[in-house]
Amino acid sequence: MVQGSLGDRYGIGRTCAKMSPLLLTGLGVIVAWKAGMFNIGGEGQYVMGGLTGAWLAKILMIHNIDGADLLIAILIASIIGGGLYGLLAGWMKTSRGVDVVISTILLNFVAIQVLKWAVAGPLMEAQGGLPQTDELPASAMLWKPDPRTDLHAGILIGIICAILVWLFLYRTKRGFQLRVVGDNPLVARTNRVPVSRIQLLAMAISGALCGLAGGVEYTAIAGQVGTDFSQNWGFLGIPVAIIAGLHPLLILLSAFYFGAMIAGSVNLERFSTYGDTLIYVVQAAAVLGLVALQSIKTKRKIVAEVNE
Amino acid sequence: MSGSFSGLAIETIAVLPYAAPVGFAALGEIVGQKSGVINIGLEGMMLMGAYFSMTGVLLGHGHFAIPLGFLLAIVSAVILAEISAYFTVVLAVDQVVVGTAINLLALGVTSTLFRMKYGSSGKLLTLPTLTRFEGVDAGIVLLILCLPVVAWILNKSAWGLTMRSAGEYPKATEAAGFSVVKLRMWSLAIGGIFAGLAGAYLVLGTSGSFTENMTSGRGFVAIALVTFGRWKPTWVFLAAILIGFLETLQFRFQAIGIHVPYELLIASPYAIAIIILLIAGKGTTSPAALGIPFRRTI
Repeated sequence: MVQGSLGDRYGIGRTCAKMSPLLLTGLGVIVAWKAGMFNIGGEGQYVMGGLTGAWLAKILMIHNIDGADLLIAILIASIIGGGLYGLLAGWMKTSRGVDVVISTILLNFVAIQVLKWAVAGPLMEAQGGLPQTDELPASAMLWKPDPRTDLHAGILIGIICAILVWLFLYRTKRGFQLRVVGDNPLVARTNRVPVSRIQLLAMAISGALCGLAGGVEYTAIAGQVGTDFSQNWGFLGIPVAIIAGLHPLLILLSAFYFGAMIAGSVNLERFSTYGDTLIYVVQAAAVLGLVALQSIKTKRKIVAEVNE
Repeated sequence: MSGSFSGLAIETIAVLPYAAPVGFAALGEIVGQKSGVINIGLEGMMLMGAYFSMTGVLLGHGHFAIPLGFLLAIVSAVILAEISAYFTVVLAVDQVVVGTAINLLALGVTSTLFRMKYGSSGKLLTLPTLTRFEGVDAGIVLLILCLPVVAWILNKSAWGLTMRSAGEYPKATEAAGFSVVKLRMWSLAIGGIFAGLAGAYLVLGTSGSFTENMTSGRGFVAIALVTFGRWKPTWVFLAAILIGFLETLQFRFQAIGIHVPYELLIASPYAIAIIILLIAGKGTTSPAALGIPFRRTI
């Protein structure tokens, strides 16, 4: 397993390739959860991001636009697509009080069906007739230092986003307000923080990061969007963010750890068929173990305070 | 007049096998939520029940196969429910975090076990199913019988009323000498029983086989139905029938030759659940302490 993830440059490349979507969707989870918006809809926002990118690509390719222009347009479209899908759930919460957990989960299922419909319908490839979009020209693919490995520039985008999210949350007024809203909306409201607007902002940023993850996967790995585009990255980003303690820099470590594990399971799969599903069990156990420890710690603190 | 009425009755009966899984799950979720815990892990518990109902049916022989399937489904779902309850109730961990982990755990465990036994190709097993008389089987009868029972527990029984106080104002429950932890643990066990029934019925009533992640969001639809049905068993059941009707739409449209993209029909139960929540809004009947972990101050 270690051989497959860190053993050689192919392994390291594979680890980084698995790490970048985890990093971006995990960051999305952090921004929303810090504001008390439990966005479980990373998967749907990821799909909508990739799909919006693919839709714009189809239009632009008709007009013979390719290269870096096309790449940047796709990435921006994926940010907007994911962001709007996140914002939709945020709006349902702020205007109608619909629980974010439920609405985002339901929106995931809608997004996946929209994906399946779109790639078999309006976005289907011109020739061949398979349910997938036309392949992007090589010039519009995300930069790869060595075409033999899986390593691509997505990891750089992820690291830059991690630093930006950290700066936003801990060095700006809006970021501070966002954390206050998450800690205690009542305190926020009495201090004239526009709670609803902050919640909407958090959901939009969160969705945008997950959408970008979709755009990066689209332009880095396959160059096309098919029915199997949803690979649970948005879902797997949740435990990655929780294990990082919702910290935008610590997530580099937890995304690397799980990225390496998923990359390593490729080797495991050569011998058995259940490497990737076993990772779900490991992730869930890690989350439960961590929250149990945290809870026992706070309990001790309460007891100590009472005894004083 | 009577003709269209009996037509409606036949339609409803045809929809029931599709309504029952979400119906069972939502009925159990009402009990848990009334005690103050929102069980996000419902989907995972259903999936666990679904997998172990298959195991039970394959282990059992003859007449005992299906009852054994239901039994194993209930036991496995209750175990998972109590693991989840240990975290949310005893350790007072955030209910969304625990629920997400429980769903992931159940998906991982059931898929891994399934692939160990039957390989990743996802062999389609044909399992024995409940016998239907005039479109109605024992599972549906059980669900309908459970409606007044759950309503009675919630509204008339002493335990139910005490349990509901834990979902409204747990400090007062504790002051009156009851244990909020115990009340919530029991409520979630009841929720687990129904989640197990939901999973088992999905395999042994609705589909007659098991596939990876086969619950495909029904647990979350069930949670949405609880809010829409305002925590009332009958209303929640009627909402489940609506969802069951939407699930059958793809066959109906095919039958009468209306061409609507198949994928969008599959999306319709989820989309309608979202619209339902938008219309219903938050309302004021939600248990006041729903979703808030309770820590006893010493």
